[in-house]
Amino acid sequence: MAEFPELTQAVIDGNAKKVLEIVNEELKKNATPQSLLTNYMIPGMLHVGKLMQEGEYFIPEVLRSAKAMRGALELLEPLLGQGADRQSEGYVVIGTVDGDIHDIGKNLVAMLLKGAGFQVNDLGVSVKKEVCIEALKAREGKVILGLSALITPTLEEMPIVIEALKEAGLRDRIKVMVGGAPVTQEFADEIGADGTAEDAAGAVDLAKRLMQS
Amino acid sequence: MTQIITTTVSSKDKEVKISRELPTAIIGERINPTGRKKLQKELKEGIFDTVKKDAIAQVEAGAAILDVNAGVPGADEPALLLKLIEIVGAVTDVPLCIDTANPRALEGALKFYKGKALVNSVTGEKDKLETVLPLIKQYGAAVIGLTIDDDGIPKTIDKRVEIAGKIINRAAQIGIPIEDIIIDTLAMSMGSDDQAGKMALDAVTAIVETYGVNVTMGCSNVSFGIPDRESINGAFLAMAIRCGLTCPITNPLQEEVLKAILAADLSMGRDEYASRWITFYRKRMKKLKS
Repeated sequence: MAEFPELTQAVIDGNAKKVLEIVNEELKKNATPQSLLTNYMIPGMLHVGKLMQEGEYFIPEVLRSAKAMRGALELLEPLLGQGADRQSEGYVVIGTVDGDIHDIGKNLVAMLLKGAGFQVNDLGVSVKKEVCIEALKAREGKVILGLSALITPTLEEMPIVIEALKEAGLRDRIKVMVGGAPVTQEFADEIGADGTAEDAAGAVDLAKRLMQS
Repeated sequence: MTQIITTTVSSKDKEVKISRELPTAIIGERINPTGRKKLQKELKEGIFDTVKKDAIAQVEAGAAILDVNAGVPGADEPALLLKLIEIVGAVTDVPLCIDTANPRALEGALKFYKGKALVNSVTGEKDKLETVLPLIKQYGAAVIGLTIDDDGIPKTIDKRVEIAGKIINRAAQIGIPIEDIIIDTLAMSMGSDDQAGKMALDAVTAIVETYGVNVTMGCSNVSFGIPDRESINGAFLAMAIRCGLTCPITNPLQEEVLKAILAADLSMGRDEYASRWITFYRKRMKKLKS
């Protein structure tokens, strides 16, 4: 396994206490919050995503790393300025569609996106299309919408949301990614989504590509 | 002691009784295309080889009832469900558990099914209670009640007990007896919440103490995201059976799962002269030798 800096390794190990300790120490030594986040912590979380993709890491370990990340983020966020000078990979609105209450996959994607430097607005489960539209309207410019569904009947909600985007005149600036066990590439193409991915780490890659496209 | 309630379901030729005095009635979960892309593809193309194979293998392994789900994205669910019921009914003789969220598919399936079906599922959500329960009454079926309501999955055990009560009462109001209601207390993944298993077990205990009903659970979900799922599923199932689980929806083709259920039944005094366990042991030994 590759050698990582101590802070990065602590994120990978999901050692919340150690992450906080190192962050505190480094801040005393005048390290910038931005650098701690982008150069050490985010690479750690990205590696966690990769380990999960490779079948090396399991869901509880990803959650543990995400929790360690969250603990340090609470400390760093107030120091990062008012968000204006913070570099962001992009803004993602994410949720499980109306009628579906499965959230594990959606949560994993949200966590890895946050870990990768995206700003994420997680609308939760069984999200009505109106709530999606409202959240998207509240944000200017290009926004990614992530829709999740795990059971077949709720898949049908995905094209309904995409249709609602068109009606609201938002489709041009919103990139839609869809996911969940029953979702196939074929289905994503059929309903006119901008993409789907095989797993949570793949979703992060997809989000990055969508921001550049 | 809580009362023992016996739920009976049947196929054309066979009756299955579910109660805490009888061995665990396994509801085989395999005939379900959700998350099985190969099966989805076959069903879309009208190929039923895997379905037939899965049906026969599950019954041979000890499934008392087979869950049948036809939820393939983009497929005509009502038609496919009928086809699956027909095919599974042709290769096995066990009662079926009709698994659909589509009211039209459900009604068609109940009309077509010969015997007393189990239906998966109704919830405590208003529209589900209003659409599903009358069909259960009309066709004299039994139904699984999921402890979810319009506020989603409850975070507390009390709330699950309350929703189960709501389903039972609502059913009683339209003339469905309590023995035709089986409660599913929802086993969430311990991979995303390490307290989820205990919560599910405590909920089973509470539901059984309060209503005495039969209890089911989709028991494979508890290990989602954790390695060596079979061992976890087995241990969880055995503990849940002690708490009052009588008809788990699970995969009897996983040896660990089947072993745990049979050992639990024996431990609960529901396997006379240990004959089910010994038969299963012999079958395993024979398989090892061949």
